[in-house]
Amino acid sequence: MSTPTDAAAAAALSAHEQRTARIEKSLRRRHAAERRFRAFGLAAVIAGLSFVAILFASILSRGLPAFWQATLSVDVYFDPEVIKVSDRPVRGAREAPGAFHERTMAWRTELAMVNWNRLLEDSVIRLKPELEDSRRDVRALFTSSERFRLRDRVIEDPSLIGKTVRMNLLADANVDVWLRGNIDRSLPDSQQQLRARVRELADKLHEEGVIAIRFSRALFTNPDSRSSPASSGLAGAFMGSLFMMLIVIFLSVPVAVASAIYLEEFAPKNRMTDLIEVNINNLAAVPSIVFGLLGAAVFINWIKLPLSAPLVGGLVLSLMTLPTVIIATRAALKAIPPSIRQAALGLGASKVQTVFHHVLPLARPGILTGSIIGVAQALGETAPLLLIGMSAFVANIPSTPLEQSTALPVQIYLWQGNELRNFFEARTSAAIIVLLGLMISLNALAIWLRRKFEVRW
Amino acid sequence: MSNLVLIAVLLALTAVAYQIGLSRSRVLAGGGRGSSRLHSRPGYYGALVALWCALPAFAIFIVWSWIEPLIVRSMLLADFPGVAEMSSHQLDALMRRLHSIATGFVDPATVQPAEAEAAARMQHLQAIGQTAKIGLMAVFAIVGLLYARSRLAPELRARNQVEKVTRIALAVCSGIAILTTVGIVLSMFGEAMRFFSFVSPLDFFFGTKWDPRFSSVGTGAVGSFGLLPLLAGTLLVSAIALLVAVPIGLMTAIYMSEYAPAWFRSFAKPVIEVLAGIPTIVYGVFALLIVGPFFASVGEMIGVQIRATSALTAGFVMGVMIIPFVSSLSDDIITQVPRSLRDGSLGLGATRSETIRKVVLPAALPGIVGAFLLAASRAIGETMIVVLAAGNSPLLHANPLEAVSTVTVSIVNQLTGDTDFASPQSLVAFALGLTLFVITLGLNVVALYIVRKYREQYE
Repeated sequence: MSTPTDAAAAAALSAHEQRTARIEKSLRRRHAAERRFRAFGLAAVIAGLSFVAILFASILSRGLPAFWQATLSVDVYFDPEVIKVSDRPVRGAREAPGAFHERTMAWRTELAMVNWNRLLEDSVIRLKPELEDSRRDVRALFTSSERFRLRDRVIEDPSLIGKTVRMNLLADANVDVWLRGNIDRSLPDSQQQLRARVRELADKLHEEGVIAIRFSRALFTNPDSRSSPASSGLAGAFMGSLFMMLIVIFLSVPVAVASAIYLEEFAPKNRMTDLIEVNINNLAAVPSIVFGLLGAAVFINWIKLPLSAPLVGGLVLSLMTLPTVIIATRAALKAIPPSIRQAALGLGASKVQTVFHHVLPLARPGILTGSIIGVAQALGETAPLLLIGMSAFVANIPSTPLEQSTALPVQIYLWQGNELRNFFEARTSAAIIVLLGLMISLNALAIWLRRKFEVRW
Repeated sequence: MSNLVLIAVLLALTAVAYQIGLSRSRVLAGGGRGSSRLHSRPGYYGALVALWCALPAFAIFIVWSWIEPLIVRSMLLADFPGVAEMSSHQLDALMRRLHSIATGFVDPATVQPAEAEAAARMQHLQAIGQTAKIGLMAVFAIVGLLYARSRLAPELRARNQVEKVTRIALAVCSGIAILTTVGIVLSMFGEAMRFFSFVSPLDFFFGTKWDPRFSSVGTGAVGSFGLLPLLAGTLLVSAIALLVAVPIGLMTAIYMSEYAPAWFRSFAKPVIEVLAGIPTIVYGVFALLIVGPFFASVGEMIGVQIRATSALTAGFVMGVMIIPFVSSLSDDIITQVPRSLRDGSLGLGATRSETIRKVVLPAALPGIVGAFLLAASRAIGETMIVVLAAGNSPLLHANPLEAVSTVTVSIVNQLTGDTDFASPQSLVAFALGLTLFVITLGLNVVALYIVRKYREQYE
């Protein structure tokens, strides 16, 4: 009589086993799905991290070498036989500024007529007298702006004439490219930028240590240059950016903080303030290039401010930064607990006193952080500046915000488009390193300020 | 330069006014402990006097500096020979020449008698103007100061008046945001209308050919300004960007908020957010120098022709740029899903990934959609990456491996370095900008609406 029960029990057992097996199978599947999902998540994070790593690694590896450049270290003799000029004019007591200016100009014209290249050539030929017949090749070693450097030294200090000075002079960009092997050395003559004799000469001088790859300050101290790529630098663009950032700091930040205070602390809740609020949120999402169009139409076409001037760029960037700083300031003000305000009001302070004496000082770190991040963002902005003509080639360092100028990011844009690719690829990356360095230090400052003054309520 | 000096003098006078108000109020209070007799603290009396001193004089300064050059110009040009037939450019040049004659930087031999006379008159008028400006400012500053000082009395509600000025100043500042928007809309609308007087809006919005030609004013030769190829390019690049950014950004946000240990999060999150702070020009150069050639060589390996500058390159790099944007927005939204929903699902035996996929994500979906729309609007308005890496070929096609052009690229191409606002070739930039503005604004309004509506659900 026990068989059916046994069979039933066995059936139940097997059913149970089957169910367990089914559940286990499904659990395995579900756990595998769990692991898969998790792996996807981790892969996404790693992808994000590796993008950062690749970006920085590639820019650093390409850009860092550009801070070192092929340089000729030679003795330059300021030969009075070659430099035949009158004495530097001194302004007479009753001389009109125009007349003095003219005399100075005449003196400078005299200096400009001097054959400075000859001094450069002589400096190498004195080391290698056999090159006397191939002056053209020797001259090709130097980048063309170095003769102006000699001239400027004389303008600065006319007593140099007749003396010998040891100078580090930049080699031509093509010499730099050749010595570093940034151009395929096996290419036939027709595709090489330098003549065969100049290449030989460069190699020989490089072996002897006359030409060496040395750290060059040209990138930091010179403005952009078209005729002499090797000496092109970021100084002009840096000054342009500096002027614009000053305008942003002194125009955008105070206005933004004031309007945030008004909206957060004083504004009555009505349609008007609602409108302003929606407006600011949308303004923050308007593409930057639209601000460039605004600048072109209003500041340049309508008010007739000069093209390419940091003043206009600063105004455009100010408008662009405004919503960012307003939003950050409002967040900082919101984070101050109402108890602070109530305590001040309870002790008889007026609304304005409450805000300016109590709320604002407590919100200062947040406001500062937001402002710095807004300024950093403005520093890296390119597109609107292209529309107000800041992409023009400018070979001077601007000394006022009304002069023509470029900006750091625009300089990067200009350099990446330069035809002398072999040389400017590295230069572009070097400029990016400078820009990123500035931005990272601004952001680090913001983080440091936040850490230092952060208050937890 | 003298304007700066003038402002500095005014500031100094204002400081003096403050001191006068301060000490006067102390005298009124009777010194020592008598300050409780005053309505406001002494500083407010000082500030009131300072405001009365500075504001009217400053207003004079602004108005005068704005109007004076206009008056001088019209007075000079009124009786200068031959002005009637000059264009406005020539008039500007003439004024500049007169100015340099007046400052002595022009060789006297080349100056004509009429010019010399006008320059002398200009110098004379400017001298009068400058004196009058300084005089008027001084009068207003001193009268304001004396008037405010005479009003000082213990019962004067100085604090209320000063605070009123403060509030008005704050309100004016917040009006600037509105002015900016109005400026954007008006300027773009006005210039776009001028463009539509050359090209019919139908041809612009529905044209399939973009070929603006070179600017040639007056010949009447107008190229074709069809928006569609540009719009298609913009959408293609943005779609690729979203295809890259959305999966990576969303999974990053999920992993960070649900799985990652605290130490990992505190390291990885800021590093990924670095991507958001890098200027777009850097991404552009990165795309051009590294990503483009990489894609091209990969294509060569697998036998597909991929151009180095293509929609794929630009879209991919743009996607990398908006990863942190997507991930931080999604992170916010995911952490807003209430704990109880998660606990309920986990308590019923769901695994974590099931909870996320079947409970958290559906609950967060509207917010995440809003985040995607914001990311899309960011991608559509992005300029520098596409300028450098998209290849600039405005043809209507949907092949991501080929070069495209976008709305933003065309704006840059049409307006860079061109100051001539009279030809359709440069005015089209404003029509394009208006289109871009409307699209991104629409996306934003919808996205913010969705995000806000969703937030209210759980509050």
